[in-house]
Formats: sequence, structure tokens, C-alpha cells
Amino acid sequence: MATAAKKSTFEKTLVTILLVVGGIVVSIPFFWMVSSSFKPESEVLQIPPTIFPENPTLANYVELFQSLNFAVYLRNTLIIVVFSFLGLLFNAMAGYGFAKFEFKGREKIFYLVLATMMIPGQVTMIPVYLLLNEMGLTNTMAGIILPGLAVAFSIFLFRQFMTTIPTDLIEAARLDGAGEFYIFFRLIMPVAKPIFAVQGILTFIAAWNSFLWPLIIANDEGLYTLSVGLSLLQGQYANNFALQMAGAAFMVVPIIIIFSFFQKFIVEGFTMSGIK
Amino acid sequence: MNDVFRRTLRNRHPYMFIAPAVILLTIFSIIPILIAFVISFTNLDLKGLADWSNIEFIGLENYKELLSDDVFVTSLLNTGFYVVIGVPLVIICSLSIALLLNYGTSMLFKIFRSVYYMPSITNIIAVAVIWGYLYNTEYGLFNYLLSLMSIENIPWLEEPTIAKISLIILAVWKGIGINMIIFLAALQGIPRSYYEAAEMDGANRVQMLFNVTLPLLRYATFFVTVTTLIGWMQFFEEPFVMTDGGPLDGTISIALFIYKEGFQYSEFGYAAAGSFVLFMLIIVVTLVQFKLRKSDVEH
Repeated sequence: MATAAKKSTFEKTLVTILLVVGGIVVSIPFFWMVSSSFKPESEVLQIPPTIFPENPTLANYVELFQSLNFAVYLRNTLIIVVFSFLGLLFNAMAGYGFAKFEFKGREKIFYLVLATMMIPGQVTMIPVYLLLNEMGLTNTMAGIILPGLAVAFSIFLFRQFMTTIPTDLIEAARLDGAGEFYIFFRLIMPVAKPIFAVQGILTFIAAWNSFLWPLIIANDEGLYTLSVGLSLLQGQYANNFALQMAGAAFMVVPIIIIFSFFQKFIVEGFTMSGIK
Repeated sequence: MNDVFRRTLRNRHPYMFIAPAVILLTIFSIIPILIAFVISFTNLDLKGLADWSNIEFIGLENYKELLSDDVFVTSLLNTGFYVVIGVPLVIICSLSIALLLNYGTSMLFKIFRSVYYMPSITNIIAVAVIWGYLYNTEYGLFNYLLSLMSIENIPWLEEPTIAKISLIILAVWKGIGINMIIFLAALQGIPRSYYEAAEMDGANRVQMLFNVTLPLLRYATFFVTVTTLIGWMQFFEEPFVMTDGGPLDGTISIALFIYKEGFQYSEFGYAAAGSFVLFMLIIVVTLVQFKLRKSDVEH
């Protein structure tokens, strides 16, 4: 905060202690999830509870895949993830279009895009369901994927970043005879790597966690995502906490690993997008 | 003629770039809001969905019915409870943690930045599963820890007021991350020279916090307040996955009320009317905040 000389040892110790204590409190749910997921069913109901599993077992994880359909849920979730990256590409293209082209109606269309950010999800939820119902897309993968592809906030962030790319660079490529899509994929995308990194992580997390829309649209268990499957498991095995914790850990741990690798991009991304 | 054609062809690129996203947004955001507005004046339900001739225009009937619906009134009051307690808690917690994290740059601080951010990227169902276990009256960790201090079992999710508070604790835990990052980005943008100047004037740490740091965080605080408030007015996931609005509608929020009317009872028209009431409330509250900020700047 201030010059290093002023930082007394006492102050530094106090800040560190506060951070560590707060961090432990915040992590208790994660710790408890991982620890309980390796306990046999009888041990999770034991009082007093054991902090670390006394008889560690992988049985809960095996059961997720053998007696439950977690492999199917995982496949569906991965399909959603893949298509959400197509959506990310659409958002990036739109951001580029708004940032680097002059065209009729640009301002108006852009304001319309921004306006959609203010509409609460609850308002559009019912009409979108009715629309998909009319198109015959309820209970299909397309119905789950389509509504989430375009994200106004993402378009906005891409536009903010791409306005900072020098126009001369694009003009020079045009003079060399490069096509517009060639310029976008070969010139703009490499330059805009930082914003793609941030948006890529956020898109992955959102798609991996997608719950409400698959729940509304999918009637078939064959279309359930991991989240929907996990909530089904919570209902069916209400007292088998060990199995529930294994399901939760299977959802949460990959996200935490990916995030800890890329977390520096997220903080930089916020600074970069000018939300200060 | 040839010239006009050539010009259109040459100008097609920007439209090709924005078209996919803009078309999707139009279909799934802009048209739906018009549909929602229209059906909020109708009695659209499953019968109407099967055969459009069953749909009748009933004017403001849905809106009138909402006001006399006890469950809706309860959901309004509950949402007020969530907002009044939850929003200040989230802001105070995330700001304090950001200030602590901004104190140092060593590895330790970077690790803890991730630790505090983790809950906000955790899947809501996983959160419900984990916290459901922690809050369990008989086997939960929380009641066990309390029993060590010889405190009686707390019915975390079984008593209406306690259940609301339990959901707020969970939502604050989940909501800190993103706001903390915004505060942290703002803190890192404050020039070091400001602190050096304050130091030369003989300001101590507390004075610096209140006279330099906090005033310079005004824009970030405003941004966080507006977005957090909008988010909490739409409080949905936590009661949906933890309590389904119970016990005795003790935790039902406006957003959950809309969802239930729409997707459990298939009262699409009635639910759409409810969603517009929520939309109006959000607009009014946001406008009031911008008004207050304006007068704040003038002083």
C-alpha cells in the first residue's frame, strides 16, 4: 500500500494472520467435500466426525460411473462446452465488427446489444421456453445450447479490447490483399490473445456449470448435464453424503485446477477491460 | 448500377462479423422480452399452449392478482430481507479482503487471492450438495462444531428466519470472489505517489485508508453496489437448490416465485406479469442509485 519502509513487522503479521484465518474459513466447505468423498458410507454419518478419512476408499467415485450415468452427463457437459466456444467465436467476431468497422446503424445496434444486458433472466426464461417449444427444440441438445451462445457482456468486452488494436495494422494487411476473415483469424486473434484467454476461461466455467437451462429443456436423462445429474443424485441418495460429496468433487475439482493455472489472466483481464 | 452493387458487396463484411451474435441475441433476448410483455396481459397456460384459441386477453388482471397473492407478497418481503442484509455484507467483506490482499505481492497473497475467488466459480449444485451436508441438523459439521462449544443444534434450514440467514451466509461466501477482483483491480490502479504525498503530510494508516483509498475507490464501489444489488434482487439459485422456497415459503424470492409459477404450475401469463414487476423494481432501484450518485458528486 505505502512505501515499504513504513510496513512494520507487526502490521505484516496481523494482515497475514487475518488472511490465513479468513482463507481457512472460506475453504472449509471444499476441504470437507474432498475429505468426505473418500470416506465409506458409514463413516460420513459418524459422530463425532473424522477430519481425515480413517478408511480411505475410491468406492464413491467408482459408483458415480458404474451404477449412475455420470459418463453420459460428462459427455453432454463436454458437448455444451465445445459449442460454447463456437459462441465465444461469434462474440469475438461481433466485438471486432463493432470496434473496427464503420457501418450504417452501428451505434444503434450496439446500444441494443448493451440493452439486453439489463434484462433479468427471469423475464426471458418463459418466452424463450415457449419459442423453443414452437420450434420443436424442447428436449433436444440444440434447445439447450442455442439460447446461451451469444453473450452481450462478452461482446462488450471484446469490443473494448479490440478498439485498442491500431487500425493501421488492419489497413496494411488489406493493402497486401488479405481477405477480411483472413485478417480476423490470422492477425486479430493472435493480437487479442489476452482477452481470448479471459473469455475462454469464463466461457468454460459457465458451460461446465450450466444447470438451469438444461434442467428446463431436457426431459430425457440422456440429455442431462453433470449439474442436473448431481441434483438428481442429491434427491435419490439423500442420506448417502459420501456419494454426494464425490459427485460434487468431480464437478468442482477440474474447475479449480483449470482456474489455478489461468487465474492471473482473470485479474489482468478485469484491469484490461477498464472496469476499475 | 454496377457501382451501387459493388459498394454493397464491399460493405458486407461488418454485417457478416456481427450477424451470428446479433441474430442470436435478437431471437433469444429481444423478441422474448416483447413476448413476455404481451403474454403478461393474457391467461396463457398449458391449455393456451396446446391451442392458441384458448388464450384470452385479460388486461391488468394478472398484475392485480399478484398484489393480492400472499405468496408473492411474502416473496417480495423475503427478497427485501436478502437485499438489505446481503448486499452490504458482500460489499464490506469483498472490500476488506481486497484491502488485505493488496497489502503484499508475495506468493502467499497470490495463493489466497485464488482461495477467496474459488467459491464464486463453484457449481451451484455442488454448492448446494456441500452446504446441505454442512447445514444438516444431525450429521452436519456446523452443528458438530457448535456442540463442542455446548451450543444446542441449530435448525439451519428448517426455521423460516434462520433459513433465510443460512442462505445469505452461503450467498455471501459465493459472492465475494468477483467483487473482490474488481476492488483489487481498482486498488492496483491507485498511483503510489498519492500515498507518498499523504505520508509526507504525516497521515497515519487509518487516515490514509479513509482519506485516500476509499474516496479513490468511489467508482469501483458504485459499480459493485449497482451490480450486486441487481444480482441480489434476482436472488434465485440459493433458495432454488437449497430449500425450494420452504419452509412455509420462508425463503421464497421473487425470482423463485416466477420460476415456480412458470415451470411448475405452467401459469405462463401470470409468471410473465411477475417478471415484469421484478424488472420494474430493478429499473427503479438502479435509477435511484444513479440519482443519489449524481447528487453525491455535486457536493
